[in-house]
Amino acid sequence: MNRAPAIASQHAELTIHGVNKNFGAFSALRDISLAVNKGEFVCLLGPSGCGKTTLLRMIAGLESCDRGLIAQAGRDITHAAPNQRDYGIVFQSYALFPNLTIARNIAYGLKGRAQDQQRRVSELLDLIGLSALAEQYPAQISGGQQQRVALARALATSPNLLLLDEPLSALDAQVRAHLRGEIKALQQQLGITTIMVTHDQEEALTMADRIVVMNHGVIEQIGTPAEIYQHPASRFVANFVGHCNWLNTLAVSPHQVQLGQHTLATHRANALVQGQQYDVFIRPEDIELLPQWRNDPQVGLGKLLQLELLGSIYRLRLLVNEWDGIELEVIISHREMAQLRLAEQQLIPIYLPADKLRCFLPEVSA
Amino acid sequence: MNSTLTLEAPHARWRNEYWATLIAGGIVLILLLILAAPLLAILSQALFDPKTEQWGLGSIEAVLDSPSLLQSLFNSVKLALMSTLIVIPLAYLYAAALTRSAMPAKGSLRMLALIPLLAPSLLPGIALVYLFGNQGLLKSWFPDGSIYGFWGIVIGQVFFTFPHAMMILLTALRVADGRLYEAASALGAGRIRQWFTVTLPSVRYGVLSAAVVVFTLVITDFGVAKVIGGSFNVLALEAYKQVIGQQNFSRGAVIGLLLLVPAVLSFVLDHYSQKKQQALLTARAQTLHIKATPWLDRCALLFCLVVSGALLLILGTAIAAALIKQWPYQMQLSLQHFNFDDVDGGGWSAFSNSLKMSAYTALFGSILVFSGAWLTEKVATCRGWRPILHLLAMLPMAVPGLVLGLGYVFFFNHPSNPLNALYGTMSILVLCSIAHFYTTAHLTAVTALKQLDAEFELVAASLKVPFWITAWRVTLPICLPAALEIARYFFIATMTTVSAVVFIYTPDTMLASVSVLNMDDAGDTAASAAMATLIVISSAAACAIFAVVSHFLQQRSQLWRRQE
Repeated sequence: MNRAPAIASQHAELTIHGVNKNFGAFSALRDISLAVNKGEFVCLLGPSGCGKTTLLRMIAGLESCDRGLIAQAGRDITHAAPNQRDYGIVFQSYALFPNLTIARNIAYGLKGRAQDQQRRVSELLDLIGLSALAEQYPAQISGGQQQRVALARALATSPNLLLLDEPLSALDAQVRAHLRGEIKALQQQLGITTIMVTHDQEEALTMADRIVVMNHGVIEQIGTPAEIYQHPASRFVANFVGHCNWLNTLAVSPHQVQLGQHTLATHRANALVQGQQYDVFIRPEDIELLPQWRNDPQVGLGKLLQLELLGSIYRLRLLVNEWDGIELEVIISHREMAQLRLAEQQLIPIYLPADKLRCFLPEVSA
Repeated sequence: MNSTLTLEAPHARWRNEYWATLIAGGIVLILLLILAAPLLAILSQALFDPKTEQWGLGSIEAVLDSPSLLQSLFNSVKLALMSTLIVIPLAYLYAAALTRSAMPAKGSLRMLALIPLLAPSLLPGIALVYLFGNQGLLKSWFPDGSIYGFWGIVIGQVFFTFPHAMMILLTALRVADGRLYEAASALGAGRIRQWFTVTLPSVRYGVLSAAVVVFTLVITDFGVAKVIGGSFNVLALEAYKQVIGQQNFSRGAVIGLLLLVPAVLSFVLDHYSQKKQQALLTARAQTLHIKATPWLDRCALLFCLVVSGALLLILGTAIAAALIKQWPYQMQLSLQHFNFDDVDGGGWSAFSNSLKMSAYTALFGSILVFSGAWLTEKVATCRGWRPILHLLAMLPMAVPGLVLGLGYVFFFNHPSNPLNALYGTMSILVLCSIAHFYTTAHLTAVTALKQLDAEFELVAASLKVPFWITAWRVTLPICLPAALEIARYFFIATMTTVSAVVFIYTPDTMLASVSVLNMDDAGDTAASAAMATLIVISSAAACAIFAVVSHFLQQRSQLWRRQE
């Protein structure tokens, strides 16, 4: 540890520095460092087994920390017991006490006079909009309502940190979409620092202020949803968050690559090594289809292979012979579609904007 | 490290959790004392030769050389095989009728099949004497007193082991995946082919498990053979005679060890087959819907009526014998056989001792079992105790009561044991009964606790509510039906047991079940039938009380319990 932990920051609610966790020979987390600011909504995103849940459980004190430091509001909690920490938690299963009413569930962690407890409970019931169900039991209300009760119970003691472990994954799609907005609004209203674990990239993109993308026990990238989506730091992030096209190319200058017989300009931030192979990445919606041919090195001619309507958008597959016979996935809106007037096997000019082409070194064992 | 950090002691824990760990350790210690230590004592007794005062296999070799003992070993095996061969098909058909037919009155027929559990194993023996014995009503069925011997014991054992086999098979048959039967029907398989290709593969482990349980119960029981065996000697009875009759403890210990062999083997086999059985049921299995087939349902009903009728006949005979003045000469009703103080055998105090012992065992046993299971399943700091507690809890299943009782004699009666003072008291009887029936109670508690969300405790910790408050407000209320079930099981098992306590009771702590044995031994068969009847009545009453209480509880909790 030669870098001093950044816990001096006045804005950090939670600081994690150099954290490691092993389960036997399996390394679940390697050298995780992360600072979460006060009032921030952070999502830990990654596929199952990436270590995101382990990290959340370590923050909650439910897993021990092999090496490293976890501090909350400047206080070292690395080895503190769960009940010595300051957080509320909502589990995937909600873990509502089935033999207690909704009101008693919410009041479970409250101390002090009965009237004060009652006031706090009705306050929270108002907040989640379930005042009418106060005397019901968990088995009598819907999954989405149970989820909100679990949230209210976690918030009842006014903790400074809220931990959410895949809180929406047990719900069906419509309820999930609705609750996403509701949780986010509640979080902003209360200004509570929140860490949510999810494997659903859409959930992370819509809810989080910042996303921490994890894979195989390491952090791949930390950034705002827009950064993560538009400027993925690694092949893994690009593939995990959203769809993408990959072009196998050879660098011919610091900003140019060769694809088939053509030379394409790429994003100016790329500093390519001449003669090195690169995988060039572009999102399907960043590829432009032109109504007319344009004489531009970034334009090629693609043959339409397949056209799918996905509701609000169209997805096309195109074969571009002159670009090394590559198949591209392109997404266009209904408006663009109307301008193009496409038919199958038709040839369409395709434009690849240079500032959307990002280069990655090929994976060694891919 | 940055200077703005306030550092804490790394492993600061709540004092409560410290105590919890200590209590869990205490429970393990208790189990070591009441279970492991007596078993070690019997082992050392068997390996120590009192004549040469040396350690070795001398005693074991001496026992194995004795031809009379080999004969009783042979008799025991023959008896166990025959009883198993009879009881398994009966129990299978009964369980199949209950689960796979559309016959009426399933609930009552299920209860009737469990009747033998309410009685001590001596009761069928006594009833058979009254039915087929020298003065029996149906003497002509077994002429020349042939009921005293092999077939008498077999019938008694069938009665005694039937509910055990039936319950295991009932569980196995209940696990049915309706989709498999639908698929088989769709592919054109008839009833017989469906039975061989779908039913048999799914119940074979249950059948195996029921068979080994019955075999072990018969091998280790001496009650039936004692009453109706005549000169037909069996191994378990031999151990009893060696210790009680001849005070030959080391020989008794060796026979006890011999009895441990089939018990341990069947335990291992059963454990293995239950694991296989569980793997058969996938989460996506669909319930089997039974279609009514009138002629088959009528056959099933007839069969169940005949079997439960036979069980009732045996029970009824014992009760009748208790109430009839002098069987078969003066058939008037009378309560004179309940004047236990006129005969040797402990009298009414034996009965009240039994009630006391059963009540204490139910109370303290439930508390011990539930605390142990709860601490090791739900309190994180006690996790370390779980493997050893589980091992100790599973042990009694593999140990016949007779062996445990002998172990108690050797361990607690040893002059240099500081716990010697317990010997001859009510406490030791209670401890022995708790140990004897620990496994089933423990498994019931663990199953109930495992059904609770593992995250309850974690949520409570995050809300800074101590774990014992969560236990009191959430865990215990949810598990109350299971806790009552454990108490009921302890009470009835303790009320009817003879095998372990027969070695450690004293004249002051005479027990009802033991006095059944003693009065029968002394020739007061009618009084012994009367005492057995009292045991049945109190077991049935206990069942009824527990049923009322749990019905009341269910009414109160039906608001929050999910509808099944």
